[in-house]
Amino acid sequence: METLVMNNGKVDVNEEGYLKNPAQWTPELGHEIAKEVNIELTDRHFEVLNWLRAKQAEGVALSIRKVGNSGLVDIKEFYQLFPGGPLKISSKIAGIPKPVSCI
Amino acid sequence: MKNLVILGAGTAGTMMANKLYRDLNRKIWNITIIDKDEIHYYQPGFLFIPFGIYQPEDVVRTKAEFLPKGVNFIIGDIARIEGEKNQVLLKGGRTLPYDILIIATGANVVPEETPGLTGSLWHKDIFDFYTYEGATHLAKKLENWEGGKLVINLAETLIKCPVAPLEFAFLADAYFTEKGTRSKVEISYVTPLSGAFTKPKATKMLSALLEEKQIHVVPDFYLQEVDNHRKVLISYDQKEVPFDLLVTIPVNKGVDMIAASNLGDEDGLNFVPTDKQTLQSKKFENVFVIGDATNVPASKAGSVAHFEGEILLENILSYINNLPLEAKFDGHANCFIETGYGKAALIDFNYETEPLAGKFPWPVVGPMGLLKVNRANHFGKLAFKWIYWHILLTGKSLPVSSHMSMAGKEIEKKKSV
Repeated sequence: METLVMNNGKVDVNEEGYLKNPAQWTPELGHEIAKEVNIELTDRHFEVLNWLRAKQAEGVALSIRKVGNSGLVDIKEFYQLFPGGPLKISSKIAGIPKPVSCI
Repeated sequence: MKNLVILGAGTAGTMMANKLYRDLNRKIWNITIIDKDEIHYYQPGFLFIPFGIYQPEDVVRTKAEFLPKGVNFIIGDIARIEGEKNQVLLKGGRTLPYDILIIATGANVVPEETPGLTGSLWHKDIFDFYTYEGATHLAKKLENWEGGKLVINLAETLIKCPVAPLEFAFLADAYFTEKGTRSKVEISYVTPLSGAFTKPKATKMLSALLEEKQIHVVPDFYLQEVDNHRKVLISYDQKEVPFDLLVTIPVNKGVDMIAASNLGDEDGLNFVPTDKQTLQSKKFENVFVIGDATNVPASKAGSVAHFEGEILLENILSYINNLPLEAKFDGHANCFIETGYGKAALIDFNYETEPLAGKFPWPVVGPMGLLKVNRANHFGKLAFKWIYWHILLTGKSLPVSSHMSMAGKEIEKKKSV
């Protein structure tokens, strides 16, 4: 099992750097992961990250459109906050699994 | 008498009607199933229509022929569910009271969600293959198409049968090769995900297929609009992909009646918040949800509806007997992936376990191979049509457990440190 050493201890991550256990996440850890992808997290980022974590915990399948329809941010803003691949990147920072297909 | 009402007579609804008719006490329970039309389409067959492998008539039957005679079949439009009053309202004013309700209204492609998708090029140079109309129009188009840029685009990640777009790409490669026009066709697979394959084992075992078949993958592309005039796809971050022929997999949504009933998830996609293990609705304890209509993080596929069906039957029987809902759905899915030239791959997975390599359904002998491309899998896929009509819809059990089995799967040994 791979581990990621962060300033507050060790967490288990997969080969792509996604947390294996969302419960090991802390806001500080979010900041650390965000730095690796050159994002400086603001309160606005955290609103999205917390929403994603709550939905994931409820057992809901996530998509970019779902975030866009959440009433929290529209898709344009989601892209501005997490450029490139917003759901893929925000999921990594939020400590939840990578959005995937079945294969 | 008590009433059990099923909304939707597709794969999941028909299967539940058969199972419940068999297992409920008919002196106590009236079973009613409602659908807006009479035709039952074999949806897995739509994929084969554009390539002339199936003819349109191969996928069309009537719904009535798969429902037990003792089940009331109503053809009508559902206006809304009134959960607080335990009743369903039909358009035209009829009211149906229920003691137990099963929502099996499925998911549909909604191309209108994306600006420009149903513009001037719709059914001229832009087609879907998830509907009977789309697949049959596309078959005519491909017959006479001389070549150019063929773009297969997933507008969204939460779609029915998530492997079908990839199968379409593989079958297109074989189709144009056999036709002798492959050198004139560029095939691109444009996806909002990080690649055509996203799970580690599947990527390792199957991604060579893309290179072998010269399918160009454009990852992380989330479609904002289609410019019909310039014939380009435009993403939310302003990337562009030009096309001559676009095969779109539009945004999928649940039916509008779900929103009218105030039963949908807050994201407006009309999928019903459902307990991912018990399949009970999160809002009303006498409402259950199955198949593509749920918001559970399982694939939207017939095999999933089948495995859910066994769990749901058990839980409805427990509910009637005031027992805890102990049957738990594990997200089990089992899908064939056609790769062209009479071969296919097969995957078997659940909420927790990614598709692994191995043999299926029996260890060692198979005869089908997981994450392997072979002829046995292809024959499995073709045989599935017979299984669908004769076993799956009629609510009988397959010789495959509802819960995913690890037997036959190859597990990597942990490296010792």
